[in-house]
Amino acid sequence: MSVTTIMGLYVFALALIVGWRVISHVPHLLHTPLMSATNAISGISLVGSLVAAGSGHGGVTTLLGAIAVCAATINVVGGFLITDRMLKMFRRRPEVVR
Amino acid sequence: MSSMTTTIVQLAYLAASLLFILGLAAMNRTETARRGVRLAEAGMLLAVVGTLLHHDIVEYQWIAIAVVIGAAIGTAMALYIPTVKMPERIALSHAFGGLAVALVGVAELLRHGAALDELALTAVGLEVFLGAITFTGSLVAFGKLQGMLPGRPIVWPLQTAGNLLGVVAAAALIAWLVAAPASSPPPAVTIGLVVLALGAILGVTLVVPVGGADMPVVICLLNAYAGLAASATGFALGNNVLIICGALDGGSGVILGVMMSRAMNRSFRDVLFGASKAGAAAPTKAQTSTSLAAAAAVATLDDAADVLRGASSVIIVPGYGMAVSQAQHAVRDLAAALAANGATVRYAIHPVAGRMPGHMNVLLAEANVPYDQLHDLDDINDDFEATDVALVIGANDVVNPAARTSPSSPIYGMPVLAVEKARATIVFKRSFDPGFAGVENELFTLPSTMMVLGDAKKSLAGLVGQLRGADEARKAA
Repeated sequence: MSVTTIMGLYVFALALIVGWRVISHVPHLLHTPLMSATNAISGISLVGSLVAAGSGHGGVTTLLGAIAVCAATINVVGGFLITDRMLKMFRRRPEVVR
Repeated sequence: MSSMTTTIVQLAYLAASLLFILGLAAMNRTETARRGVRLAEAGMLLAVVGTLLHHDIVEYQWIAIAVVIGAAIGTAMALYIPTVKMPERIALSHAFGGLAVALVGVAELLRHGAALDELALTAVGLEVFLGAITFTGSLVAFGKLQGMLPGRPIVWPLQTAGNLLGVVAAAALIAWLVAAPASSPPPAVTIGLVVLALGAILGVTLVVPVGGADMPVVICLLNAYAGLAASATGFALGNNVLIICGALDGGSGVILGVMMSRAMNRSFRDVLFGASKAGAAAPTKAQTSTSLAAAAAVATLDDAADVLRGASSVIIVPGYGMAVSQAQHAVRDLAAALAANGATVRYAIHPVAGRMPGHMNVLLAEANVPYDQLHDLDDINDDFEATDVALVIGANDVVNPAARTSPSSPIYGMPVLAVEKARATIVFKRSFDPGFAGVENELFTLPSTMMVLGDAKKSLAGLVGQLRGADEARKAA
């Protein structure tokens, strides 16, 4: 295995542990916003899609890349917006309406 | 110059990774959660801008078009999808994530083919396979949630064996992709496309057998697959920020899935392969609902209002039925009417109530219920004994006493809310049909239970009218 691979496995293992600790502390109350937030973050596959769409390889590669960019952007933009929209609704005291 | 750019890109990725982790860490409290989202957004911006500087990217027009379209669709979905449709939106977004990752994998094979080293080929194979499973599996989950596909488990002979065979075949294909010499036919892309097709089929055959009540676990599992697929992309491209985000997303899916399974006293394996068990229990359904109808005390709104007028402590237990009838605002109105009457009102939220983790909390937050009135199962379960009335709104399995008392019940051992210990229990339910699992619920026939049948939203609105009417009449007197 190359050094890059080993480094990749280091990063993966450490990120799993950090993620496990961090996410275990999110209360049940916020699990739906948590899911949509991690969903937005996993839209990071946009990074890979950008390379595929912009590498100038032409034809099918560019088309697949562009579709991937579109799908990942939907998740990034939509995911962050909807997470914030949900979190805005959580209040300790009811808002005075009517 | 080029190495300078590489350094900048890598530093941008490092900063982005830290911002993502800090952002998720800030979601541990409601007060700081929105700040967490800001941090993660900043991280994403850094990562994307950094990538655009990448020397591999030489043309921008297709990127620009795709980003504009994606941003428009994403914004529209975020703004216009109602809160009750949140599980459907999450399922759809898993599908988009899976699609993006699978396509990036195929594009990698087109660009480099078998010239990729062994690890990269393994990673690409996994990426394509997991991405395809996530894509079609999430579409099936979406179809079930949306009611376009039947919500009940669908089973066929040799289901589990067939699925296992599919996984083994995919592993063999990926091994072939890695081992085949670059020069020999078939080209790597062809093998990749077969893996893609196999993943797409498995996504369907894995999720179709799962019943509606198990949806929370399946959604978490698909979340985990999407994350792992993103990590695989990171390995294929040698990109750490992808590896990290995939690990965070995948880890989150696994943790939530384990929590959900625990709250149902089931294992991941049971949810994936246990459909046949639930299917076998279903034929007793018709018989169950008639005998239940005979034994249960069906109450009118007047009866329910009488009980509630005398109550000084009330616990509301919402379930999927509240989401279906979109009754969260009516629930809030009833709670307000009861509070005006001097009662203390709290909510008991079971972890698997609804169709995804935290589903009930979001709906009630939308209806302006303050979150300090929302209590987890463990926090509130001992309080039912000292409570006058428990109001069960569209919940079934999560309040079934058989989970504690009857070892022969399919849900035995699942932690449930002890609503039957309250002095009186009022159950709002559409009909006597049992839930997806077809499990009988003796709660409905207990002497302390009143059943109010019909659409929960209408029943609750009627009750609010009666309680407020009484209030005004008292003031007038």
